[in-house]
Amino acid sequence: MPTFWDIEFLRIIFPLLLQGAWITIQLTVMAIVLGTLIGLFVALAKLSPIWPLRVFGNLYTWVLRGVPLLVQLYVLYYGLAQIGLLELDAFTAAVVGLSACAGAYIAEIIRAGIQSIDRGQKEAALSLGMTTADAMRRIILPQAIRNILPPLGNEFITSLKDTSLVSVITMIELMRTGILLDVTYFRSMEIYLSVAAIYLLLTTIFVYGIDYLERRFKII
Amino acid sequence: MIQLKGIHKRFDHLEVLKGVDLEIQEGEVVVIIGPSGSGKSTLLRCINCLEKIEAGEIRFNGQIVGMIPTEKGLVEDRKEKIAKLRSSLGMVFQNFNLFPHLSALENVMEGPVTVKKMKRAEAEALSRNLLHKVGLADKVDVYPNQLSGGQKQRVAIARALAMQPKAMLFDEPTSALDPELVGGVLAVIKELAEEGMTMIVVTHEMGFAREVADRVVLMDEGQIVEIGTPEEIFSFPKHQRTIDFLQSIL
Ligand SMILES: Nc1ncnc2c1ncn2[C@@H]1O[C@H](COP(=O)(O)OP(=O)(O)O)[C@@H](O)[C@H]1O
Ligand SMILES: [Mg+2]
Repeated sequence: MPTFWDIEFLRIIFPLLLQGAWITIQLTVMAIVLGTLIGLFVALAKLSPIWPLRVFGNLYTWVLRGVPLLVQLYVLYYGLAQIGLLELDAFTAAVVGLSACAGAYIAEIIRAGIQSIDRGQKEAALSLGMTTADAMRRIILPQAIRNILPPLGNEFITSLKDTSLVSVITMIELMRTGILLDVTYFRSMEIYLSVAAIYLLLTTIFVYGIDYLERRFKII
Repeated sequence: MIQLKGIHKRFDHLEVLKGVDLEIQEGEVVVIIGPSGSGKSTLLRCINCLEKIEAGEIRFNGQIVGMIPTEKGLVEDRKEKIAKLRSSLGMVFQNFNLFPHLSALENVMEGPVTVKKMKRAEAEALSRNLLHKVGLADKVDVYPNQLSGGQKQRVAIARALAMQPKAMLFDEPTSALDPELVGGVLAVIKELAEEGMTMIVVTHEMGFAREVADRVVLMDEGQIVEIGTPEEIFSFPKHQRTIDFLQSIL
């Protein structure tokens, strides 16, 4: 039995794990940026006076929050390839899957944030002669952002951890790097504890970043 | 200037306005009084198209506005037209509805900058003037949560005036205020009246109504019960419901 916490062994695996972590970071950043854009669009669709948009928004969040992300990734990567409709490379499939799913949760967060703003705010804006879009952009969203940021921060952390799921569609990020090292060295404890430590480090950095943003938006 | 003819409005099964006719001349101050729930707020909101009427017509300077009659009944006017109408009608709400993320000055500048696309420097000069006019020259950089109710309402009045409206609609502007703060707000409204601003004011301040109103309207259960000069309404009310109402608030 090999010695536990062999520094030499950690020296071998850490560079590889950090490479994986870099991919994880890239996936996370793309997932939350695209997910936020999707979320904003879907939230506005759900609140739209135009009913086809509302139907679309509601279907979107219903399906994507109702089906496990793991299943979504299999359909997106293996399913679409099998019927020859669309052969996505692993990275694209991972980004699409992660951001589409994050978008559904973020849409609910943004919708709730917008609806938490008193109706009188919109009426005051409209009564000045603003369009609905101006009222949203100038008056409602800037206030809603303060209610949106805390749950949005949680969602970003979830997105970061969810990137580990794309290891099943051959994406070599942090988790998959760990799995590959394990099948080579059979030293699960050291490898997965190292993986865990790196995830914990990343989520901690995230928490502080989000904290900083929250304080910046708490102007009054 | 503003003509209301046969205005009907219902919320589901509740008929809130049951055929309201009222005409407001340019420069006139009309005060609307009446029991709570009689439809006073709803009437103001209909004029401003914050509510859609089911029947009747609203004219502004002779033009039908808001809900336009067609073969299919009343249809909401184009968005730009409604926005244009709203920008010529200043609305002041009972609970102020100031924008809490903006300073007093920014609150007042918001309309000119966003709606009229006025240059910021020009809007700022205009807004500083208006805040000065309502007695808040020293509060320009303060956020709403640091203002008293009376100060908030005066900022809200300045915000409405910044659009240089043709008429002002006040919905119980002093009802949410502590008694000692009412006077300052009423003084500002009175000053506007003296400058010739056309105004519809819903209020329970009878002293103010007597002093400032050209005509007083008594509303009850979605209808206008009586219209007259302050003298006629307060000293010689004709209808029993007016007498009852006036007694109830004394
Ligand atoms: N958005 C709404 N939905 C349903 N009922 C409403 C709504 N707004 C007002 N009402 C009802 O309409 C009636 C008149 O209200 P309102 O115009 O606010 O009266 P007032 O301002 O004279 O007190 C009340 O019975 C009120 O409950
Ligand atoms: Mg009212």
